[in-house]
Amino acid sequence: MADASLKRTPLHAIHVALGAKMVPFAGFEMPVTYPAGISAEHKAVREGVGVFDVSHMGEFEVTGPDRNAFVQRVTCNDVGALKPGQAQYSGILTKHGTFVDDCLVYRFQDKLMLVVNASNIQKDWDHIVDQKGGANVRLRNISDEVALLALQGPRAEETIAPLTKIGVKMIPYYEFAEGQVAGVQCFISRTGYTGEDGFELYSRADDAEQLWGLLVGQHGAAPCGLGARDTLRLEAGLPLYGNDIDDTTTPFEAGLNFIVKLEKGSPFTGLEALKRQKLEGIRRRLVGFKVLEEKVVARHDMAVVLDGRQVDVVRSGTVTPTVGAAIGTTYLPRDQAKPGTRFEIDVRGRRVAAEVVKMPFVANRTKRQ
Amino acid sequence: MSNIPQDLYYTEEHEYVKKTEDTSVVQIGITDYAQGELGDVVYVDLPKLGSTFARMEVFGTIEAVKAVSELYCPLAGTVVEVNTALENDPALVNRDPYGDGWMIKLRVKSPKELDQLLGSSAYAGHIGE
Repeated sequence: MADASLKRTPLHAIHVALGAKMVPFAGFEMPVTYPAGISAEHKAVREGVGVFDVSHMGEFEVTGPDRNAFVQRVTCNDVGALKPGQAQYSGILTKHGTFVDDCLVYRFQDKLMLVVNASNIQKDWDHIVDQKGGANVRLRNISDEVALLALQGPRAEETIAPLTKIGVKMIPYYEFAEGQVAGVQCFISRTGYTGEDGFELYSRADDAEQLWGLLVGQHGAAPCGLGARDTLRLEAGLPLYGNDIDDTTTPFEAGLNFIVKLEKGSPFTGLEALKRQKLEGIRRRLVGFKVLEEKVVARHDMAVVLDGRQVDVVRSGTVTPTVGAAIGTTYLPRDQAKPGTRFEIDVRGRRVAAEVVKMPFVANRTKRQ
Repeated sequence: MSNIPQDLYYTEEHEYVKKTEDTSVVQIGITDYAQGELGDVVYVDLPKLGSTFARMEVFGTIEAVKAVSELYCPLAGTVVEVNTALENDPALVNRDPYGDGWMIKLRVKSPKELDQLLGSSAYAGHIGE
């Protein structure tokens, strides 16, 4: 299992000591589950509080006088709508309007920060640097210097509040504050990837162990791995790059219209293609489905057959640990992309019935305004 | 380190064979190592009573949250009992793979085939323990 070519997060030794099952993921050796198991970890986040080491995620810092205009150009959401202390979900697009990656954009007083998927760090970096042109900005890939812990679940707020003078109760959804948590300098963002309330803590890599120790040891947050992260995000209807979205799919097709600001007043890569797609209409749409047959799980890449013809593959597919139902996502022709549509999935050579259902599969309980 | 009882027989595909009081009938399930690798088991699809299988033919599938795996029949024979408790509590496979988490009992066609299975130390070597 120990592969020297794989990178490690600052918490690697802790995961191993906790008995985590470590797997290669996006070039990192990451915990997929701890001895409690995916179902228990999933449940901890839905009912209590769990903490994830997601330090493998990439972070790019953008400084300089043209920083806002530059990030406007390389992302499709409107950076101009952000005040310092706010964050937004956005997309980094190709000129065809498809995803290079999805990302978070954080606006600080004096800089912007993009948080990207670990599997795409190099690709995103090259794509962004290519567009620098004459912009007066300084780009830094700070991924290796930054640790990221996600504290998620209905008990997240009461877990972090006693550890910091930052008024975490007052941080709205998709806003952040800088300060100290138990003596560790970090910034706390009310964001996450589980559909529950929670916070993401960005700190220096060297401080991550101390933060983790406090949250898990003294404050009882359950260590959670990538397995539970995936089942939680899928239940919450949140897309995963490489499954639900990729460089062949656009934000409109993925139902992410809210991150596309065609009228933001500055051109961005992918704008022309998306304008055209908006005019012409999309041909397919990402949908959620449930498998109708018992004891069958649809998995990533299985063929999706509608009216006798393969239209796509299963993009994401799993069984939700809480409900015990097999769910997933796929792209269907727009006219049929509505709840109630039935189709079939090729499960190891057998056609199994599935039905489109509304996403999210589980109602989000984030602190929306 | 996973639990590898000395008195059982094993396949390279991580099934085990346990002798029962009836010398022609064996109990079959997956190993402790296999359940650990699979993680939380959510469904076990098992054959009907009376089904017959050739040696190393697929007799069922096991779905965990993260992965699916086929189950291979370690010996040729006929299914004489199926663990129906897995229907409602598939996690028994995780909790007690060699006990309550067993899968099928098989009337063995040719007991000599047992010789072709791995012993506990060979299986331990196979999984690198």
